Amino acid sequence: MKNLIALAAGLLFGAGLYVAMMADPNKVLAFLDLAGAWDPSLALVMVGAIGVSAIGFAVSKRMQASISGQAFGWPKLTRPDLKLLGGAALFGIGWGMTGYCPGPGFAALAINPAEALPYLLAMIAGMVIWDRLLARKP
Amino acid sequence: MTIDWASFTPWLALAGGALIGLSATVLWLGMGRVAGISGIAGSLFSFQAADGDRSWRLLFLLGIVGGAVLVHLLTGGLFEVRSGYPMGLLIGGALLVGIGTRMGSGCTSGHGVCGIARLSMRGLLATLTFMATAFVTVYLIRHVIGLGGLA
Repeated sequence: MKNLIALAAGLLFGAGLYVAMMADPNKVLAFLDLAGAWDPSLALVMVGAIGVSAIGFAVSKRMQASISGQAFGWPKLTRPDLKLLGGAALFGIGWGMTGYCPGPGFAALAINPAEALPYLLAMIAGMVIWDRLLARKP
Repeated sequence: MTIDWASFTPWLALAGGALIGLSATVLWLGMGRVAGISGIAGSLFSFQAADGDRSWRLLFLLGIVGGAVLVHLLTGGLFEVRSGYPMGLLIGGALLVGIGTRMGSGCTSGHGVCGIARLSMRGLLATLTFMATAFVTVYLIRHVIGLGGLA
């Protein structure tokens, strides 16, 4: 059941990214380019996504566990720290350099593999570099 | 600032956003997991999943690939596929995305959508930070370094 839920959620996520045109890096960069011909569409993607998922999170506060019986995995960290802000800053630079954040990278894989495949391989390499090398240093 | 009204797609943006929100809700209410793409991909590919369960993570990511291409085929394509983008910029940026999202524990989906939706201070601050550096980066690339010809 868990696998079925995950697949259904993934399909919805991919469809949503495509309909919102976030799988198009030109559209994303047109939103990030405040000094150019600015396309505000992506702000409305955030409004729609936050609005709907806020309902889900609110409902879950009245539930003991998720529908499949798994406990809710509330994120453990609650206080902002330098790692959070430093990581977010680096991520934003990479997003601005490419026009892809991680979700759209996957959404574009079968549509524009010439870009999405090298993007995803380098992104995963960066993730492994952090998880396996940098995060381990004392 | 000039707004490009001709390219503005408010209804598609809201509808696509609502679908993303629905997906996050299905994953959260269905199995108690946050729909954070970098967290899911990172713990899958670094073999560091806290619960050791890789199958649902792989299926979720494959679902994203499939869901997008399905709508692409059904609609006949909503946009022109980008080509000719400098490979160095793409690879270098992707490396930073990978390192930054793992260091900062999230990306646009985990912090920007789910974090703000559950009123998390960490999510809000991370989102403001990556939005700010993304705006500055695009400004530098297009208007200072002068790669403005890049679509």
